[in-house]
Amino acid sequence: MAKVAILFDAFKCTGCRGCQVACKQWWGLPAEVTHNTGSYQNPPRVSANTWLVMEFREVDDGDGGARWAFRRKACMHCLEPACVSACPVGALHKTAEGPVLYHGDRCIGCRYCMIACPFDVPTFQWDKGLLEGAVIQKCRFCSDRLSAGLKPACVHTCPTGALEFGERDDLIAVAEARIREHPERYVDHVYGKEEAGGTSLLYIGPHRFEELGMPQLGPEPIQEKTEGIMTKATPTVLVGMLVGLSGIYWVVKRRQEMMGKKRG
Amino acid sequence: MIRGIALRRLSIPPAVIVLLGLMAIGAVVALIRYVYGIGAISNLDDSTGWGLWISFDLLCGVALAAGGFVTASFVYLFGQEQYRPVLRPAILTGFLGYLMVIVALMVDLGRPERIWYLIIFWNYHSVMFEVGWCVMLYTAVLALEFSPMVFERFGLEAPRRLIHALIIPLAIAGATLSTLHQSSLGSLYTILPDQLNKIWYTPLLPLMFWLTAVAVGPAMVIVESSISSRVFRRGLELDLLGGLARVIPFVLAAYAAVKIGDLAGSGELDMLTKWNLASGLWWLEMIGFVLLPIVLFSLPAVRRSSTWLLFSALLVVGDVVFSRFAVSLINLSRPDFSVRYWPHPMEFAITISVISAGVLAYGLVARYLPLFVEHAPEPARK
Repeated sequence: MAKVAILFDAFKCTGCRGCQVACKQWWGLPAEVTHNTGSYQNPPRVSANTWLVMEFREVDDGDGGARWAFRRKACMHCLEPACVSACPVGALHKTAEGPVLYHGDRCIGCRYCMIACPFDVPTFQWDKGLLEGAVIQKCRFCSDRLSAGLKPACVHTCPTGALEFGERDDLIAVAEARIREHPERYVDHVYGKEEAGGTSLLYIGPHRFEELGMPQLGPEPIQEKTEGIMTKATPTVLVGMLVGLSGIYWVVKRRQEMMGKKRG
Repeated sequence: MIRGIALRRLSIPPAVIVLLGLMAIGAVVALIRYVYGIGAISNLDDSTGWGLWISFDLLCGVALAAGGFVTASFVYLFGQEQYRPVLRPAILTGFLGYLMVIVALMVDLGRPERIWYLIIFWNYHSVMFEVGWCVMLYTAVLALEFSPMVFERFGLEAPRRLIHALIIPLAIAGATLSTLHQSSLGSLYTILPDQLNKIWYTPLLPLMFWLTAVAVGPAMVIVESSISSRVFRRGLELDLLGGLARVIPFVLAAYAAVKIGDLAGSGELDMLTKWNLASGLWWLEMIGFVLLPIVLFSLPAVRRSSTWLLFSALLVVGDVVFSRFAVSLINLSRPDFSVRYWPHPMEFAITISVISAGVLAYGLVARYLPLFVEHAPEPARK
């Protein structure tokens, strides 16, 4: 199965935020009232009206100074998405092509997807009342553009080639080749290759990923434990309790009857 | 004594007026939420998707309703007939507890009008799916277990007898659904291996949530009986409550064993020797809300004193509230900007309003339905 992905090369990124603007333009997302967080980064995080934010951090350049470090913050389109597993009504699903998509007409607004996501990505429309109908919002991997044979808006607009679109396996090979070729430029790690079972967003760059605020995740999917509980423990407890309690009731009743007979 | 005076005035007790006032405030706040969105009345945001309503109204609310299934299991399944006098109040507390949870969820859910979608759209991999189904089914069971009080009041013999015939299957279903529901609320947080503090994260969270719910079941019966005996000036079934209390140390000891064993098993016991918020809270819970009630409830003198019994039971209630907040809010760190969350006053207004409605409903049932039955032996001692 051909799975698409986006490779973000932080070494090539200039922090122009063209991707952020292109995303807003393509999806017609309104501007939001925001506040200064002490850096060029704006707004402070992804929200219902901003699905992609370039995060700006200052990191030690190892020479007594500081350098910008950029991180693309948007849906990672996990191969085994915790949000999809967490949604009680199946409003989220992983498509065969790669994007994780959301169907607002099913959503009950429980926000468990927001809690479950290890990347803190799904956002909610906090300002919508009952009649407007609040929904969850997040990056859609421009699935409409993909089906028309176009690249995602963010990749299309990136002027330096820091964002690349392609098949996941090919992009992993590109990323690893680039690290081999220029070990002085890159940390020897393709973030997203294995994290949380793998993601459709792949990151390489000059800074350690913890420094960019990216969670350190193991190779197992986030939902491994909950799915084990739901598919194994829950049915076992259900049957065990029904049988066990019925048994206890029967034994207790028998014993009381016997004692009653003895006395009577 | 003069009876049947025609000029009887309808007098509403001041407590009822206060409760109605608090409910009215909540109704106005809820209206604001339905018009302008959840953001208008809460400090919830994209970094803190769940706040006070989930931690308290849902997690604590469901746990504190556990008296219903624990007492029903005692009386109907384990043959402990002597606890029948406290059964009806326990069922009522459970039933009202679940109704309160649902009312609060109607504010917290983003699309409350779609809550029934849980019935038609299934994702059985989701813990929330189990939570939703358990809320629906167990509320129905509680309603049926509660219904004989209504049938008796209005002399409806046929339906009363029908429920009576079904009471054992209902009790079995109730205990099973409660076990699934209480534990699934813990399972919700097993999807956060990287965000919940290592001391507090464990795949055994469902077992821990269930054990604390079983422990708080009898404790809630004690609390609720102690309060209602004072408010309605009726005798306190001290002998019964003392008997119920004997169970609590065993359950809490099992909880402590699971808690310690889990950390020992994963080789994380040494995390408790490093002083920080997570380990401090762990020790506070273990000593103040687990070991202390174990010791207190083990003392016969405590079980014979209405005041000490109430105090010890409140400690167990405290443990449930403490542990639920510790897991669902305090020890949870989001990967993004560390936004500190504190509930908005209007969030408290919703919670207080829902509690007020529950208290008022309890009072009305106690006043108009056959809730308390005569209990002869051993009158209350002060």
